[in-house]
Amino acid sequence: MLLLIPVLLGVTLFIFGITMLFSPMERATLYVTSVRQLDNLPSIIERYGLDRPFFIQYGTWLGQVLRGNLGWSTVISMPIAKAIPHLLPATLEIAIFAVPVIVLLGIFLGTKAAAHKDKPLDHGTRILAILGWSLPSFWLGLILLMFFYGYFRGFLPPGRLSIPVDIFVDSAGFTRYTHINTLDAIINLNGRVLLDALRHLILPVTTISVINTAFIMRLMRSSMLESLGKGYILTARAKGLAERIVINKHARRNALIPVITVSGYLFAGLASGAVITETIFSFKGVGWWAWQAAIRLDIASVLSFALFSATLFVVINLVVDILYTRVDPRVRLGQGVQ
Amino acid sequence: MARQLAKNPLSLAGVIIIAIFIIIAVFAPLIAPTPATQRDPYMIPRDGYYSEPEPPSDEHVFGTTEGQYDIFYGVIWGARSAFRVALVVMGVTIVLGLVLGSLAGYFGGLLDEVIMRITDIFLAFPWLILAMAITAVLGQSLNSVMIALVIVWWPAYARLVRGDILALREEDYIEAARGLGASSWRVIVRHVLPNSIYPMLIMASLDIGAVVLSAAALSFLGLGAPEGYADWGQMTQFAQNWIVGPLDNPLKYWFAVFIPGAFILFFVLGWNLLGDAFRDIFDPRLARR
Repeated sequence: MLLLIPVLLGVTLFIFGITMLFSPMERATLYVTSVRQLDNLPSIIERYGLDRPFFIQYGTWLGQVLRGNLGWSTVISMPIAKAIPHLLPATLEIAIFAVPVIVLLGIFLGTKAAAHKDKPLDHGTRILAILGWSLPSFWLGLILLMFFYGYFRGFLPPGRLSIPVDIFVDSAGFTRYTHINTLDAIINLNGRVLLDALRHLILPVTTISVINTAFIMRLMRSSMLESLGKGYILTARAKGLAERIVINKHARRNALIPVITVSGYLFAGLASGAVITETIFSFKGVGWWAWQAAIRLDIASVLSFALFSATLFVVINLVVDILYTRVDPRVRLGQGVQ
Repeated sequence: MARQLAKNPLSLAGVIIIAIFIIIAVFAPLIAPTPATQRDPYMIPRDGYYSEPEPPSDEHVFGTTEGQYDIFYGVIWGARSAFRVALVVMGVTIVLGLVLGSLAGYFGGLLDEVIMRITDIFLAFPWLILAMAITAVLGQSLNSVMIALVIVWWPAYARLVRGDILALREEDYIEAARGLGASSWRVIVRHVLPNSIYPMLIMASLDIGAVVLSAAALSFLGLGAPEGYADWGQMTQFAQNWIVGPLDNPLKYWFAVFIPGAFILFFVLGWNLLGDAFRDIFDPRLARR
């Protein structure tokens, strides 16, 4: 947790530093909403202190942030403190579906590949993995849309919900508890919304899974092979345990540790926004917002996004450390040797 | 090494793919001659300003994409852009990683602490956003993309080198060299680096594909190459509005979507196959696992 503060300061200082490469005049134009205001640029610079020394401007910004004022996002026209909770459900929805798919499939295929080392199954999954992480995700997304949206006449469309359903979920007949559409649909026991939300989720989740499963699978395979070479595996086999039990109980448990770490990072990465996937499928979450902010130079949003994702990363790191203790009793803290 | 590469069909495929791309890049002016009216050969010639992509024809072998940019010319010259990004980013990253990593590892103390805390900050940051912020500020060009990717990539390499050097520092032959009165500089350059460079080269050969994919992604997001520049990522973006054709022929514009991305896929695949093979050759310990 102690790492969080220097990391957050460093990250924002760096981004803030980059934006300072713009002249005060250029940064002032970001506050302008109509042509008439262009005459007022000097007064805007004056009012927001845009020509003051770097550290004073940074200090002003930081002071505002500490008071809970993250600024105004021009991209989605609302205060950023409201924007993040507004956009996060979409991002979480993708992560909630993608992470279990990726991790379970990766562990399953990786175990199989290790158990059949140097057999056709091993070679097959190896080729699939190399193909998987050579795929440009944006291209894969477009090709999937070309077939499942174009060729199959709108079967799996982009966006989060179809227009009629989107209007329905905001009506009185539907309560939005979490703004995660699938979850809300289940709580409301509404099959139509659930089906529609799932139809919009299949392609983004597939796009993300294809690339990331490859990583988890290869990691699981090498971790599994390492643990299969240990002495206790020999012991287990020598005492006549079935191979299935040796692999699933003895070897896999120990092989899971690095996979848990990487899955944690994966979740942190996805929960802070799958920029490319959200952009291609117009799935308007945090990643889409960050992209819009970057191309439209919405500096306040970029800085807040940096704060948000770095915080998430550090927190997930902590959660991963705690999860270790569940898998590996040896690292359980404060218990001592019994 | 050549024999080991040829033995494995996968690595052989990698060698062949990269060789083909080298030929394409070197002979680009012969394969896709620049029209006399075009001043900058890296800008794709366009046949009018009409937005709808035109299917392949005798005049445009792969057809044209949005804005009538010639796809064939773009993908051929795009190979040069791809090599430039891959080699420059990887080269600068390796040098930076070596210098900062060995400074931190060899001298330790405050210098180590400062460099490692900086890498912490960069590693805690989603790389795409950092790269997006940097290119957004530096302006649309391939150079901004390369600068952004180097800034994103060096920390991992600095850490790798530092770790190796920490382990090497305790070796007897380093002690011996110091005992003979060699300067720090000499010990680092002559004794430490040659021993820590291989893990780095293996990591680099596995990373080149990722560098090319990231550069393509930035261009695709509209933060990379300037409009009309021969770049595969950008050409995929041109096709973004044309994934769905008219009702009677929904796959009408397949060429505009498929071809530039397929070039990215094969280029990256080639590097990844090569990297996989390099790892097996240079690091038998990993290969046997």
